[in-house]
Amino acid sequence: MDKQKITAYGDELYEAWVACRPVRPLLEREPEITIEDAYQIQERFVARRVQAGEKIIGKKIGATSKPVQDFLGVYQPDFGMLLTGMVFQEGDTIDLATLIQPKAEAELAFVLKADLKGPGITAMDVIRATDYVLPCFEIVDSRIVDWKIKIQDTVADNASCGVYVLGKTKGDPRQLDITLAGMVLEKNGELFSTGVGAAVQGSPANAVAWLANTLGELGIPFKAGEIILSGSQSALVPVVDGDELVCTVGGLGSCRVKFSGRSAA
Amino acid sequence: MSMSITLGREDIVRLCERIEGAQTRAYAIPKLTDEYPQMTIGDGYAVQLELRKRFLAAGHKQVGWKAGLTSKAKMIQMGVSVPSIGFLTDRMARPESSAIKTSDLVHPRVECEVAFVMKKTLRGPNCTLQDVMDATDYVLPAVEIIDSRFSGFKFDLESVVADNGSSARFVGGGRARYVEDIDLRTLGVVMEKNGEIVTMGASAAVLGHPAEAIAMLVNILGELGEELPAGSFVMSGGITEAVAVKPGDSIVARFQDLGSVSMRFID
Repeated sequence: MDKQKITAYGDELYEAWVACRPVRPLLEREPEITIEDAYQIQERFVARRVQAGEKIIGKKIGATSKPVQDFLGVYQPDFGMLLTGMVFQEGDTIDLATLIQPKAEAELAFVLKADLKGPGITAMDVIRATDYVLPCFEIVDSRIVDWKIKIQDTVADNASCGVYVLGKTKGDPRQLDITLAGMVLEKNGELFSTGVGAAVQGSPANAVAWLANTLGELGIPFKAGEIILSGSQSALVPVVDGDELVCTVGGLGSCRVKFSGRSAA
Repeated sequence: MSMSITLGREDIVRLCERIEGAQTRAYAIPKLTDEYPQMTIGDGYAVQLELRKRFLAAGHKQVGWKAGLTSKAKMIQMGVSVPSIGFLTDRMARPESSAIKTSDLVHPRVECEVAFVMKKTLRGPNCTLQDVMDATDYVLPAVEIIDSRFSGFKFDLESVVADNGSSARFVGGGRARYVEDIDLRTLGVVMEKNGEIVTMGASAAVLGHPAEAIAMLVNILGELGEELPAGSFVMSGGITEAVAVKPGDSIVARFQDLGSVSMRFID
């Protein structure tokens, strides 16, 4: 795909994000897009946000668990960039008017204390380089109309990242069993679903190692201090005005988030 | 839930013999309500009680109880708002890491559960989660091998209650823990079959908290005029969906904080 088109699609997604107005699937218009092209479009989309004043503060891993893969029809993990404008704090209310078609995912976030550069990274290296883990919600959102995405569409769209909320309880992955820690997701006080760390590539640390190696191939390291969202342990939860979600990670703690207003689609 | 008994003694004995035959000789039968459409849940428990009396008279020792249909998904699927319960005997127990025969079962399935061992007797009605916590000696991980005797696992609550809640075999193991040392609500569970993860979840899938299932079990026992004696081994219901097993399959259930339970199946 030529550079001009990549720039144009990246700009289109950036503008769709600014205006909260979704666009037609890219793959529908451009059947030849490769996953590599899609990552270049993502790079452009993210670069526009950085130009507008945001900073990259971490990465997210997407499409890591079966329920999410089934929903997306995407059967391989992907990644996107976390930016300063995406951050919410535990207990915050998220204004849905800033999003298009949001869905929540309960995840474990990793905060790194050392650089990690693939290839050759294993789950053990991930634990070693992790400062702490946190329960978190990622609110995924798609700039592609009606979530009609294929892998190339979601990759170009920054892995459908919307915003994210970090819990306050820090856990040490040397003490917490991140593979077997249960995940209990409640919506408006009622049990919505349950999951477990193993739902993500056998262990969230495996997902982080996968991304370290994938980025390593591209010459991009994880830096100390970066936040890595390791992927959903739950099914996707649609959210509307007034909804409150709580996810609790067994042996760690919980993260709570509220929603108000109306999303664009 | 109606605990009233509408069937006559003769019918109860007849249905009990039908279930007993299917259980002991491992064959499938049509659900009981095909012939007795008016049958109540109370009738189902009357058949189960008759079955229990026969087993005990034959020298089986009762070791405890099990709660079934304890997840929201299963309750909706069955159109019920309460779990079912069944009794457990020494003949159903299998040791950890053992080979379990399937030739004497109809269509076995396995599920991961948290099991409770009681140190105090509990009586319904009004048994609460906290009563259960206070009366628990320890909890441990368990795998229940359920086996509905009804063709194609097609049944209704009346029939499944009569069939002793599909009880067949159980394996307790792993690591015993005091309830106050762990968070019983958020325990993660992974079931592996032949080295591959087949199902997973967290313990809140059982009525929000596994001890809630035990409280409901005690209250059902209360309605039946019985209590849950100290020393009972009680299984709180499947956290994960039931997974079919056949000879050659190997199962490992891994529990957060409770270790694992494994077994394999042979012909």
